[in-house]
Amino acid sequence: MSEWKDICKLTDLAANTGVCALHNGEQVAIFLDGKEQKVHAISNFDPIGKANVLSRGIIGDIKGRLVVASPLYKQHFCLETGECLEEPENSVKAYQVRVEGDVVQLQA
Amino acid sequence: MSKQKIIVVGNGMVGHKFIENMIEHPDYDQYEVVTFSEEPRLAYDRVQLSYYFAGKTVDELMLTSPDYYDENGVRFIVSDKVVNIDHANKKVVTESGREESYDKLILATGSYPFVPPIPGKDQEHCLVYRTIEDLEGMTASAKVSKVGVVVGGGLLGLEAANALKNLGLETHVVEFAPRLMAVQLDEGGGQLLRSKIEELGVSVHTEKNTTEIVAGETCRYRMNFADGSHIETDMILFSAGIRPQDELARQFDIEIGPRGGIVIDNYCQTSAKDVYAIGECALWDGKIFGLVAPGYNMAKVAVSHITGGGLAFEGADMSTKLKLLGVDVASIGDAQARTPGCLSYTYADGHAGVYKRLVVSADNKKVIGAVLVGDVEAYGNLLQMMLGDIEIPGSPEALILPSIDGAAPALGVDALPDSAQICSCHDVTKGDIFEAVKGGCTDLAGIKSCTKAVTGCGGCAAMTTQVMNAALTEMGVEVDDSLCEHFSYTRQEIFDIIRVKGIKSFDELLESYGQGRGCEICKPAIGSMLATHWNEYVLDDKHIGLQDTNDVFLANMQRDGTYSVVPRIAGGEITPEQLIVLGEVGRDFGLYTKITGGQRIDFFGAQLHELPPIWERLVEAGFETGHAYGKSLRTVKSCVGSTWCRYGMLDSVSMAVNLEMRYKGLRSPHKLKMAVSGCTRECAEAQGKDVGVIATDKGWNLYLCGNGGMKPRHADLFAQDLDDETLLKYIDRFLMFYCRTADKLQRTSVWMDNLEGGLEYLHEVIVEDKLGICEELEADMQRVIDTYECEWKKTLNSPERLKRFAHFINSDLTDDNLAYVEMRGQAKGRIATDEERQKQAKGVEIETVELV
Repeated sequence: MSEWKDICKLTDLAANTGVCALHNGEQVAIFLDGKEQKVHAISNFDPIGKANVLSRGIIGDIKGRLVVASPLYKQHFCLETGECLEEPENSVKAYQVRVEGDVVQLQA
Repeated sequence: MSKQKIIVVGNGMVGHKFIENMIEHPDYDQYEVVTFSEEPRLAYDRVQLSYYFAGKTVDELMLTSPDYYDENGVRFIVSDKVVNIDHANKKVVTESGREESYDKLILATGSYPFVPPIPGKDQEHCLVYRTIEDLEGMTASAKVSKVGVVVGGGLLGLEAANALKNLGLETHVVEFAPRLMAVQLDEGGGQLLRSKIEELGVSVHTEKNTTEIVAGETCRYRMNFADGSHIETDMILFSAGIRPQDELARQFDIEIGPRGGIVIDNYCQTSAKDVYAIGECALWDGKIFGLVAPGYNMAKVAVSHITGGGLAFEGADMSTKLKLLGVDVASIGDAQARTPGCLSYTYADGHAGVYKRLVVSADNKKVIGAVLVGDVEAYGNLLQMMLGDIEIPGSPEALILPSIDGAAPALGVDALPDSAQICSCHDVTKGDIFEAVKGGCTDLAGIKSCTKAVTGCGGCAAMTTQVMNAALTEMGVEVDDSLCEHFSYTRQEIFDIIRVKGIKSFDELLESYGQGRGCEICKPAIGSMLATHWNEYVLDDKHIGLQDTNDVFLANMQRDGTYSVVPRIAGGEITPEQLIVLGEVGRDFGLYTKITGGQRIDFFGAQLHELPPIWERLVEAGFETGHAYGKSLRTVKSCVGSTWCRYGMLDSVSMAVNLEMRYKGLRSPHKLKMAVSGCTRECAEAQGKDVGVIATDKGWNLYLCGNGGMKPRHADLFAQDLDDETLLKYIDRFLMFYCRTADKLQRTSVWMDNLEGGLEYLHEVIVEDKLGICEELEADMQRVIDTYECEWKKTLNSPERLKRFAHFINSDLTDDNLAYVEMRGQAKGRIATDEERQKQAKGVEIETVELV
């Protein structure tokens, strides 16, 4: 079975915002959806703006899909799949993430 | 084939319109245009002449420029009058002896003011009101006068009276007829207009026939009237009508009407071959048209005829709507009910000062005329009914009765034919507006720039909006101005909800009025509105998720994900000690440093974890956040003003600092920029700002809704000669009104362009308190001012908040994507190459990853 790695406390995440974690040498953006109290994780790298910024975008939903809007040029990335809604060829990696107790974990 | 040469004699509004139409014609390259003007400058807006006294400059009144003519190959000769037409050889000769040949000659010589033959009329302070030079003469005369008389109570006379009033004179209007605006109004309308004007302090004397002007006893002159009465005055302004300037045609054998005017046919041709006449000098069907719209139409017809088109001039409707001395007046068609058998309906409200008269056909079915004073809302509707020959729906009186239960049978724009003229100044029809909408103009600002509708007198704004909306509906474009998919309300509606329901958080609003989770459109917009109204800390738990990254980290994100830092330097005033601190901070953190356009200093290249220590140093030295990251007040730029400058009228720096400290932190629909200049030389460029203040010898002039940027907009002069207190009051009200009513991310310039009623309406709201909300607006602003806190100072005191200022939540490492190169002695950001990133990830030192 896969292993999980502790990242941070759930309280480190303010509702409806994101943080960036360093995970196996990769930058991962982790978001807390306030409505369902669920965490989501995708790559922190915005392939369009070419900068590590996605964790700093505003999250919300577009036609029912949970997304983050890049703070650079506002393209939407699906928090569940990493798909870029406007330019699917620029989609990013999604990560397995969970909350155990009060600890946020990423799949190793 | 050689080009056809066209000479246009007279570069007034109509002469220029002709040239403009030629330039825009697809075959323009086959023509050569030369124009002469006896005035020292090219065409300016004579219709708006009275605004000269309200502070408009000559430049702002100009309709064209030498550059525009040069670019389009139009030769122009100013200050030289054409004095001779040689038909046989097809050439003209000017006063200075210049000769120019023509293929087609256009006479657009306009008119001159009629001065009644009264003995004593030629004295020094007896003036007329027609050109910019006349206005300069009036200004000079007013400086040495206390009392002024306008001879003539017509439309122009009343405008002139307004000018005298603005110049600070005790003002009288002397009229020969028994009432004011005898041509356009009936007895009842004239009477109401008179009482309204007298309320404003202008004395009106009707049925006065001036017999002579002699030396006065208490004033410079005394005007004696035929009835034995007299009036004392220091200056006299003749505005007793116009006469066609037909002298040139008269001398050179072109047919003239019995009472003047160059006779033209339906194609604007005079009796001489290849000679046309257009505008106020032309006589068509025995009539002279003293309005600009028919003149423009003639210009169009003449261009069409010369270029082989088929347009014909078919007369013009002389209906008019305007504001005279602040009183709304409109006249349509047969205002005096002279049509045999016609019927009249009258509505008068003495208390509110409203008079309306509707004239209908004998069969009670068609509108044929109207007079409206005090309330001219029905103008567009009635005019279209008359022009379109449309049968009155329901009973005629309902057209002028106040709509007690909203039941006035407003004529839907659907009933209008495509040819219905909506904007008479620029001859824009309903069909033109539909075309524009189909071509992609979907808001009023777009329609304005595309069709020019509403940009003349502005009287057609409401009608144009209705037509635009009808077009959008017809195209199936739902006029959806809701905020986004999560809120089916406009920004203004949401603002009202927040205010009235006392809503303090996004979640609360979403639960009752929205759906879903929200998005990057509604969240910051609502975050901004909550901040405007309640002014709570934007990084509060319930607000932080609404903010753009700039607001979250109180800095501006740059392309590589680093941030820039801008401390407030109010008014651009800074001590040497403070400058040294800024220099040290920039040096110690290796930040690229630049002076901004708003007179402050911007540091680039700060990483998240560096922001708190940078600000600790800045706050310690007394700096506050500059809100460069917020949709809020940025800077108030200033020139050095009267404390140092030889020309400064007032202390512009103190006022700028005062404004900046007052409005700092105000969250608004978009960023706000202001400036204060110490004199009209305008070194602070205040007329390109949302709020511009310029000192005069009498106080402050306030300009609103200017903008630089992609689409520059010159600010509108809103109020003049204000004292400090009134200035602040007006700005308080303006800013809050804008915050309440603008769309999301709408700058004041676009907001103004889309504001129905425009500048005049804004004046009514802010100065006259038409909506009765000024007290509330001021109170709302005071609350924002009272609750100001420096967001950086507050954040530095909160360890919980500071935790966010790290690139990784689980590591002290920093972003490996950043790389810098040196440029002119400073760091310049760029994105690291893959190789550099890999090296850095492995902990290998890279030469270029050094902040200089």
